[in-house]
Amino acid sequence: MTELPAETGVRARPRRPAARGRATAGAGRLAALLVSPTLLVLAVVVLYPTLMALKESLYGAKGLDPSTGFISATEPFVGLRNYADIFGEAGARFFNAFWNTTFFTVVTVSLETVVGVAMALIMHRAFRGRALVRAGILVPWAVPTAISGLLWRWIFNSDGVANALLGQQILWTTEGFHAKVAVIVAEVWKTAPFIGLLVLAGLQVIPKEVYEAARMDGARPVRQFWHITLPLVKPALLVAVLFRCMDALRMFDLPYILVGAQKHSVETLSMLAQNEASNVRFGPASAYAVILFLYVFLIALAFVRLLGTDLVGGGDGRRPRRTEVTA
Amino acid sequence: MTTRTTIRATAFAATGLLLAACGGGSGQDDGKPSFEGRGPITYVAGKDTTGTVQPMLDRWNKAHPKEKVTFIQLPTDADAQRQQMIQNAETKSDAYTVLSLDVVWTSEFAAHQWIDRLPGKRFPMGKMLKPVVETSRYRGGLYAVPSSSDGGMLYYRTDLLKKAGVTRPPATWGEMTAACAKVKRLPEAKGMSCYAGQFQKYEGLTVNFAEAVHSAGGRVTDANGTPDVDTPEAKKGLDFLARSFEDGTIPKEAATYQEEDGRQAFQSGKLVFLRNWPYMYSLAQKSGVKGKFAVAPLPGLNGPGSSSLGGHNMAVSASARNKATALDFIEFMTSEKNTRTFLEDASVAPPYAALYDDKALIGQYPYLPVLKESILRAVPRPRVVQYGDVTSAVQQETYAALNGEKSSERALKDLQKQLRKAVAR
Amino acid sequence: MTTLTAKWRGGLVYAGVVVVVACCLAPFYWMLVSSLRRTGDIFDTTPLPSPLSFENYRAVFDPAQGFGRALLNSLVVAGITTVLALLLATFTAYAMARLEFRFKRLILTLIIATSMFPVVSIVVPLLKLFTDIGWINTYQSMIVPSMSFALPLAVWNLTTFFRQMPDELEHAAMVDGCTRGQAFRKVIVPLAAPGIFTTAIITFIAAWNEFLIALSMTNKPGMQTATVAISKFTGATTYETPFGSQMAAGVLVTVPLVVMVLLFQRRIVAGLTAGAAK
Repeated sequence: MTELPAETGVRARPRRPAARGRATAGAGRLAALLVSPTLLVLAVVVLYPTLMALKESLYGAKGLDPSTGFISATEPFVGLRNYADIFGEAGARFFNAFWNTTFFTVVTVSLETVVGVAMALIMHRAFRGRALVRAGILVPWAVPTAISGLLWRWIFNSDGVANALLGQQILWTTEGFHAKVAVIVAEVWKTAPFIGLLVLAGLQVIPKEVYEAARMDGARPVRQFWHITLPLVKPALLVAVLFRCMDALRMFDLPYILVGAQKHSVETLSMLAQNEASNVRFGPASAYAVILFLYVFLIALAFVRLLGTDLVGGGDGRRPRRTEVTA
Repeated sequence: MTTRTTIRATAFAATGLLLAACGGGSGQDDGKPSFEGRGPITYVAGKDTTGTVQPMLDRWNKAHPKEKVTFIQLPTDADAQRQQMIQNAETKSDAYTVLSLDVVWTSEFAAHQWIDRLPGKRFPMGKMLKPVVETSRYRGGLYAVPSSSDGGMLYYRTDLLKKAGVTRPPATWGEMTAACAKVKRLPEAKGMSCYAGQFQKYEGLTVNFAEAVHSAGGRVTDANGTPDVDTPEAKKGLDFLARSFEDGTIPKEAATYQEEDGRQAFQSGKLVFLRNWPYMYSLAQKSGVKGKFAVAPLPGLNGPGSSSLGGHNMAVSASARNKATALDFIEFMTSEKNTRTFLEDASVAPPYAALYDDKALIGQYPYLPVLKESILRAVPRPRVVQYGDVTSAVQQETYAALNGEKSSERALKDLQKQLRKAVAR
Repeated sequence: MTTLTAKWRGGLVYAGVVVVVACCLAPFYWMLVSSLRRTGDIFDTTPLPSPLSFENYRAVFDPAQGFGRALLNSLVVAGITTVLALLLATFTAYAMARLEFRFKRLILTLIIATSMFPVVSIVVPLLKLFTDIGWINTYQSMIVPSMSFALPLAVWNLTTFFRQMPDELEHAAMVDGCTRGQAFRKVIVPLAAPGIFTTAIITFIAAWNEFLIALSMTNKPGMQTATVAISKFTGATTYETPFGSQMAAGVLVTVPLVVMVLLFQRRIVAGLTAGAAK
C-alpha cells in the first residue's frame, strides 16, 4: 500500500491533470467493458417493457360487442388518438393532474432539500453518537411507503392525533388545499432523510484538510458553508435532488393511500395511468405513462444539460470544475 | 407452462395485441365451455379474515386426494385483488382456477370472458335469495355462484330512542329525523349527531348513493344497464343526503367516513343512527354501546328503503386447467351445509334463504331476520361491464353534491351524461 | 471567550440534533404506540398505550401469516439486489468518473431515464415475459426487475462519490506500481467508503420496500416478501381495518433495518477504510 503525501488531500482534489481530458481508444474500450453489463441489465428489465408500453399506447380499449355482450378480443389500432384524447377529451383532468404533479414535485423537493441539507450539516457536526443519530434519521426513509401512507392517514384522521394536537377539526382527507398539505407533510417527512443521508456522505468524503485550510484562512462559518461546503457537496446534492425529482414526479402510493383515489386535489399523473389500467384500458394507460415518461425525461435531460459539469464532470469538454477552495 | 402457450404468449407479446393473437382460450367456444379435466386446482380469494377457509379446504383435500385445492390469498384490499386477477387473465396464466369475485365484478369478468359461463342446472339457485342470484348473472347466463351475501342495516341506539319516547325504529327518513329531534332534546344526547353512513369518496359512497336513490324509488341503471339517474325520484334520494349534510343531521366529518370510522363514532356515542354492514354487530357488542343498540332495515322515503348488496361469487377462470374439479369444488364451497358452517364460524352471511330463518342461527346472530329483509329488498349496484368508470362517476358527482359544490339536480344531470359515456365505451 | 462560543455552538448543534431526530421519530413513535394498543383501543389518542398490549405482535407472528418467512424473503431479495447493483454500478461508475469516452453524458442520461418508467406500466409486460420463461415464484423474478431502480440509483451515486476523490491519489498509487484496478480498489474504494455505504443502504431500502412487482410475480405464500405479507393482514372481518397489526408489521419491517445499519455501519466502514491512508 502506498504512503500518500500528507498534503495531497488538500491540493489534489480540484485539479484535473490535462492528460485525462482526452478520450483515447483504450479508455473507450475499457469504458465499454465496464459500462455494458449495466446497460445490458437495464435493457432487459426496462427497455423491453418500455417498448411494449410504447407500442401498446397506440392501441385503444377493447370495445363491447352489443350483440353478444362480450368485449371484443382485439384492441383496435388507433394511432395517436389516445394521446389526442388525453389533451382533448380528458384535458381538464390531465392538466389538473399535471399541475398537481408539478406542484408536489417543486414544493416537496424544495422543502426536502432545505431540510435534508440542514439535517446533514447537523449530523456532520455531531461527532458523538453520530451512528445512532444517522440510524434515527434513517427511520422515515426505511418505513415502507404503503405503511407510511397508512400511518399518516391515521394521523390525519378526523379524530386523529394531528387534529388533537392542532385543536382543530380539519377534514384532511376531503378535497381541498389541506389534502395537498397532508401529502406534502408526509412526503417531506419520508424523503428528506434521503437527501440528508446522501449529503452527509458527500460531506464525509470531503477531506478534512479542506476545512482546516479554510479555518486557518479565517473563513466565517456562513461563508465557509456557501463557498466551500456547498460547492463540494454539490454533486452529491444534485444527484439526490435529481432522483428525488424523478421520484416525486411519479408519486403514486402516498396520495392514493393517504387521501384516496379520484381526489382531484391530489390526483397525480401516475394515478391517472393507474386508473386507466385498472379499468382495463391498457392503451390509454400506456399513453399516460409515456407522457409522464417524456416529462420526467425532459426534466432529467435539463438537469444533466444545465448542471452536467457538476454531475458528470468536464469530460465532454465543458467548463472546468469549480476549483476555488480557499475562501 | 407448455411450449404451445409459450409460443402463443410470446407471439402476442411481440405484436403488442393483448388478446389479439389468440381470441378466447381453449374450451369456451360459443360461450359453451366444456368443463373437463381433473386434478389439482387453486382457490383464489382475498386474504381469509377468519381462518375458516383453510380448514374447509382441508376437508375437501382429504376427500379428494387427487384433486387437491391450494389456497392463494390475495391482499385484503379489493382493488388489489381485482388487479391481480386481471393480470392473471391477461397473461392467460393457469395459476388461478376458482376465483372469489366481489359481486360487482361479475359483469366485467364475464364480458371480458375471463370467467366461464357455468352450467346453470348444476347449482341450487332456486334456494338462494333472489337479489343475490341476480349478481351472478350476465346477460341471462350464469357466470358465478354466490358464496356469501351482505346487506346494509340501520344500527340505532335503543336506550336513547326509548328514553325519548320513540317506540319503534324508523321506517322512513322522515321518521328518522323526527326521532332524532326528540333524542337530541335529551341531556345525554348533547353533542350527538343524528345519522351517518359511508361518505368518503370510495366504493362505500357508491353503495350509500345507490341505497338513497333506490330507497326513494329511483334507479341508477335500468335492467339493461342503461343509465337512468336524471329523474325526480333519484333527486329525492340524493337530496336527502345533501340536505342532511347541510343541516347537520349528518355530521361534517362523515365526509371522511369509511365503515370503520362510522363504527368508531357510533361506539363512542357520537351517533344515534348509523348505516353499516352486519360485521359491526358483534364488535359493537364488545364496546361501550353494548346492549344499547339494535338493528332495523334501512329507512326510505315513503317506507322501508332498499340496501345495496355486498358479498362474493365464485367463478372459474377461463384460462385454468382441471375445470371439472373446479365445478365440483364450487359446488362444495357454496353448498347450504358449508355456507352454514361459514356463517356459524365466521359470521359470513349465506346466500340461502332457509338459513336466515333457522332458530339456532338466529340465537347466535339476532340480526339475521333483519338482514334477510334487507337483502330481499336489496337492489344490486349497477351491473355494468365498465363498473370501474361507473362507480368513479357516481363518487365524483355524489361527493360534489354532498359538499354543496353542486345542486343535486346539476350533479344528477352531469352524472347521467358521464354514465352514458362510460357504458358506451 | 472562544471556548465559551465553542461550547455555545456545540450546544446549538446538539439542540439541532435533538430537533431533527425528534421530527423524524415522532410519527414513528405514533406508529409504535398504535401497534401496542389493543384492537378495541385503536382509536385512542393518548400518548401512551393503556393498557399495553402485544396482541398485534402476536397477530403478526401468527404462523399462518408467514411473516418470519416473508422477512427472510425480503432480506434475500433486497440483499442480492443491493450486492448485484453495487457490483455492476461500481464498474460503471468507475468508467463514468475516471475514463473519458464518447457518449458518456448520453449513457448517463439513458441510465437514469430507464429508471423513470412508471412501474405500473412495466409490470404487465414483465409478468408475461416471466410467465413464459417460468420465473413466477422465484427470487430472480423479483431481483431482476428491482435492478431497474436500484442500478441507476447506485450508478449515479457512486459516480459522484468517485468523482470527488482526487485523481492524484490514484496516480500516486500507480506510480508506486499498482495497476489501475489495484489503485482503485486500494485507494479510491476505502476513501469513498461512506459514500458506498450510504449508497448501499439507500439501494437496499428501495429494494426492501418494493411492493407491486413482488406482489405480481409471486403467488405462493412461501415466496412473498414482507411488504406483500403486510398487504394481506386483516382484521377479523372484511371491513375491519387491521390497523394495529399493520403498524406492528411496519415497526417490525423498519426496526431490523435500522439495527442492521447500526451494527454494520461501523464494521463495513471500518472494513472498507482498512488500509487506506491514515
